[in-house]
Amino acid sequence: MESQLPAEFMVNVDHERCRRCKRCVINCSFSAIEFKDKVTPNHRLCVACHRCATFCPEGAITITENPLEYKYGYNWTPEIRKNILKQAESGGIILTGMGNPRPYPIYWDHMLIDACQVTNPSIDPLREPMELRTYLGAKPECVEFDSEHISLETELAPQVKLDIPVVFAAMSYGAISLNAHKALAMAAKRMGTLMNTGEGGLHEELASYTDRIIVQVASGRFGVTSKYLNNSALVEIKIGQGAKPGIGGHLPGEKVGEDISKTRMIPVGTDALSPAPHHDIYSIEDLSQLIYAIKETTDYKKPVSVKIAAVHNVAAIASGIVRAGADIVMIDGFRGGTGAAPMVIRDHVGIPIELALAAVDERLRQEGIRNRASILVGGSIRQSADVVKAIALGADACVIGTASLIAMGCRVCQKCYTGNCAWGIATQKPELVRRLNPEIAADRLCNLLTAWGHEIQEVLGSLGINAIESLRGSRERLRGVGLPQEALDILGIKHAGIGQ
Amino acid sequence: MKCDGLMNPEVSKTSERVHQRIPSGCAISGMMSEEGRRIDGRVIIKSIACMHDRSNGLGGGFAAYGIYPKRKHQYAFHMMYDNVEAKEATEEIFKDIFNVDMDEPIPTHRENGISNPPLLWRYFLEAPENKLEFISERDYVMKMVMRINSEVEGAFVASSGKNMGAFKGVGYPEDIGKFYKLEDYSAYIWTAHGRFPTNTPGWWGGAHPFTLLDWSVVHNGEISSYGINKRYLEMYGYRLELRTDTEVIAYLFDLLVRRHKLPIDKAVMSLASPFWKDIDRMEPEQKKIATAIRQVYGSSLLNGPFSIILGHSRGMIGLNDRIKLRPMTAARKDDMLYMASEESAIREIAPDLDEVWSPRAGTAVIGTLKEEVE
Amino acid sequence: MRIDAKGMHYRPMNKMIRDAVAAGEKEFELDNIGGQRYIGGGLNDSVKITINGTPGNDLGAFMNGPRIVINANAQDGIANTMNAGEIIVHGSVGDIIGYGMRGGKLYIKGDAGYRVGIHMKEYKKQVPVIIAGGTAGDFFGEYMAGGIMILLGMNGKSPIVGDYVGTGMHGGVIYIRGKVNPYSLGKEVNCLELNEEDKKLIGSYLKEYCEHFGFDLVEVMSGNFTKLVPLSHRPYGNLYVY
Repeated sequence: MESQLPAEFMVNVDHERCRRCKRCVINCSFSAIEFKDKVTPNHRLCVACHRCATFCPEGAITITENPLEYKYGYNWTPEIRKNILKQAESGGIILTGMGNPRPYPIYWDHMLIDACQVTNPSIDPLREPMELRTYLGAKPECVEFDSEHISLETELAPQVKLDIPVVFAAMSYGAISLNAHKALAMAAKRMGTLMNTGEGGLHEELASYTDRIIVQVASGRFGVTSKYLNNSALVEIKIGQGAKPGIGGHLPGEKVGEDISKTRMIPVGTDALSPAPHHDIYSIEDLSQLIYAIKETTDYKKPVSVKIAAVHNVAAIASGIVRAGADIVMIDGFRGGTGAAPMVIRDHVGIPIELALAAVDERLRQEGIRNRASILVGGSIRQSADVVKAIALGADACVIGTASLIAMGCRVCQKCYTGNCAWGIATQKPELVRRLNPEIAADRLCNLLTAWGHEIQEVLGSLGINAIESLRGSRERLRGVGLPQEALDILGIKHAGIGQ
Repeated sequence: MKCDGLMNPEVSKTSERVHQRIPSGCAISGMMSEEGRRIDGRVIIKSIACMHDRSNGLGGGFAAYGIYPKRKHQYAFHMMYDNVEAKEATEEIFKDIFNVDMDEPIPTHRENGISNPPLLWRYFLEAPENKLEFISERDYVMKMVMRINSEVEGAFVASSGKNMGAFKGVGYPEDIGKFYKLEDYSAYIWTAHGRFPTNTPGWWGGAHPFTLLDWSVVHNGEISSYGINKRYLEMYGYRLELRTDTEVIAYLFDLLVRRHKLPIDKAVMSLASPFWKDIDRMEPEQKKIATAIRQVYGSSLLNGPFSIILGHSRGMIGLNDRIKLRPMTAARKDDMLYMASEESAIREIAPDLDEVWSPRAGTAVIGTLKEEVE
Repeated sequence: MRIDAKGMHYRPMNKMIRDAVAAGEKEFELDNIGGQRYIGGGLNDSVKITINGTPGNDLGAFMNGPRIVINANAQDGIANTMNAGEIIVHGSVGDIIGYGMRGGKLYIKGDAGYRVGIHMKEYKKQVPVIIAGGTAGDFFGEYMAGGIMILLGMNGKSPIVGDYVGTGMHGGVIYIRGKVNPYSLGKEVNCLELNEEDKKLIGSYLKEYCEHFGFDLVEVMSGNFTKLVPLSHRPYGNLYVY
């Protein structure tokens, strides 16, 4: 069927400046630029990934949104009309990538942080100590000493040290390239934080980074062996993902090449299907059974994390997870990223991470079990201020996926599922993967975390505290602006203008 | 600001407390005889009066240990009431939850600079056996203190320990001391506080020391980690409704030492923990302990400027924050241990000292009553 | 090593086994087993474990090598994500057995429950095999991505297998000794007759199987087998639009 869909973007070439070097043609991985006597765009195929514009030595290319106007309709937006056309032409579920782009309220941007003036002093973070070190893992309620009060009798559950409370999100080898995985692993090791294999298994080239790697166990159990579980910083059971709560995943067979086949331990060319549920978990006691199956296999030496999507009943679910024996609860908000998800799910299912985090932390405190697990949160942590606010709401650390991809070069064009990523990130095509130099990408990731680390220290200093644990859960240091009372109540914060 | 009575505030007594937390600067002083010798209140008044300019007349108070030797097995409740109705309501509850052995007004003396005091009453109480089937005696008393403070409008428990009491109010500390006739009390530990609140005119209950059971805290500075310290304590049933960061210190000691049974030095370590860079250089066993304490007690770390003197029935502990943002001097003379915001406040009452030192940041000065002392 | 497991919690018992394996012990006999979970879980050595009594769930989870013989029925979750080894059950088993199993053999004398061999997969030489002598419940071989499942129906109970057989199947092969109603099949499954190669293949596994349980191989092989394979390795290729 011939498509009636208009182009989304226009590629504008300034032919006077263009010196026909064809670099744009070579760089465009979506076939949107050809060379026929001169550089000739095929607008329909452009995704606005900026690769051509970035690499044009003459600055001769600009990308604009197709100025084609639609008759105004607040209700029938151009996007909705285009989606209907697409489905009328195909009969398919609309697939998309990255996080939910829709204009739901962003609560981070309605919270403001406190600072010290006179009655308690701010601290200068550049010249005085400012501690960000965080340990992930279950903590006992108290520590016990022998009768002489000298030696420690309490044996702590395994703890994983973070030098900065920001870890890289689960992104599987398959969804992203091996070079991207290498960059994340190198940066995690250098910065004293963690990367996460996602559900695609661990490539053998990452063997020297395993003490900085979270290995995931998802419903497909790809590449999961006792060796995989034991070669890790910690093990994460993936129940759900913020971008697609309650549904499974399909890595299409064409992406399953030799290397991916090896890490996932499936034949080349077969679809890697992740079932929606873990079929050994149909109830909370089954989750406990899997948590302890992993603990038995790792001889109780690895913390076990359980990752869930933020859904309506997240607080009660998190409480159940902690009581089931998880050492860490990872909550992924509805704005979290994905390599591929049905748009209907990504854009309409789940709840914001800010509210989910606040509800979970408060619930665990009410039940007196907050110490039993660390809380990790992700789902659109965009900047260091979001990290500070998340920790003040009660998180132990934050998880960044999209931000780390952007640091490596991603332009958030939302076409990850096509496998054509021009930046060598969300692709398995060797000629594209080569574009991402893991060393340089690792430097960029380290720079990002270094910058955020400094910024978090600046904020701590202005708050007059010199250890991150004095911020953790200290909602007194946050105020809401422009939020309804109900949101303030859930967030557990006062409105700006109210003093102590 | 130097004249007594320059500010003669509309005192709001107890009902103000729900509205706001009151940050404050201050002077503190403490003294103890490790031999258990009783010293009358005039000495400590002299010491705290020396630091007059550190307070602004909006709060002063004292804690004294060993003052009720004849009733040392009973809980001595010092109560503040806004009005007779609050007293009646509280006594109605007392009848239900305690055996009241004796009650009387707390003796006071008309004093310039002290105006509009609340109704001050003290009770000697015992916890009835039949209430203690599923709860320890001290947990029970703690719960009742929290209950009265949060549920009875206009009533406030100023102190609730055995053989000890808090004497506090709005005014300069030396005036408060005379108002309460502290010369008539003899104690082996005295702590004192002069307050400089930056906020409301003050409330009698908001003066230091803050107490719970035997614990009393006088505090100079502000706890910048109050938000998380409060939420941490709430997990264990403490109700923090006095809106002052100082109460978290008293409750944290109660939780860590009495309920979690941490040795005093380890409790201190959790409140003013060493920095990671120092922990990393420790001997393995020490490192393991310090690491575990920071991992487990991150939420009880007191962050921000403070120096405190904590009193309890068996001793006195001085502590300042881990980067020493507030002053503290300690000194010894024979069996006497002194601590104060300024050395002059110690010299004022003990000119000839054996030893004077400034405790290091985050390092506690621990005074302990000799074991044979009752 | 012989362990009397009466009243023992799985944690010290499994630790005892792990420690003994590390010290070189090769054979274990566990008596009075009653519900202890994760037996053989995560073990990498080729040890033999004999179980007297009913073991708990997730027996052999993440297991990579041992041979476990169970002289009783077994429960749910046997051979969960198992990588290599052998589990022989002289009885019937519960639900969700062989979930995500990637290698090794699971031989069951009697019936199997619901959701047998979900997402079983193979990789190179690792071809997992599940054989059950009796019947099985619904969702037999759901999402199956590789390996071999054989269901014999020797006890004559009907139906031999429940509904949604091989739903979402995209790899591997299922052999069922008897007819399967078309309405019981998942829509991603193709139903075929056995060829000579199939007969050779199942013959070799069934010979081993019959030796364990004393069945007559000739009688077993004389049955009328149905072979189920996936219609496509990409069952959902056309479901999405970009």
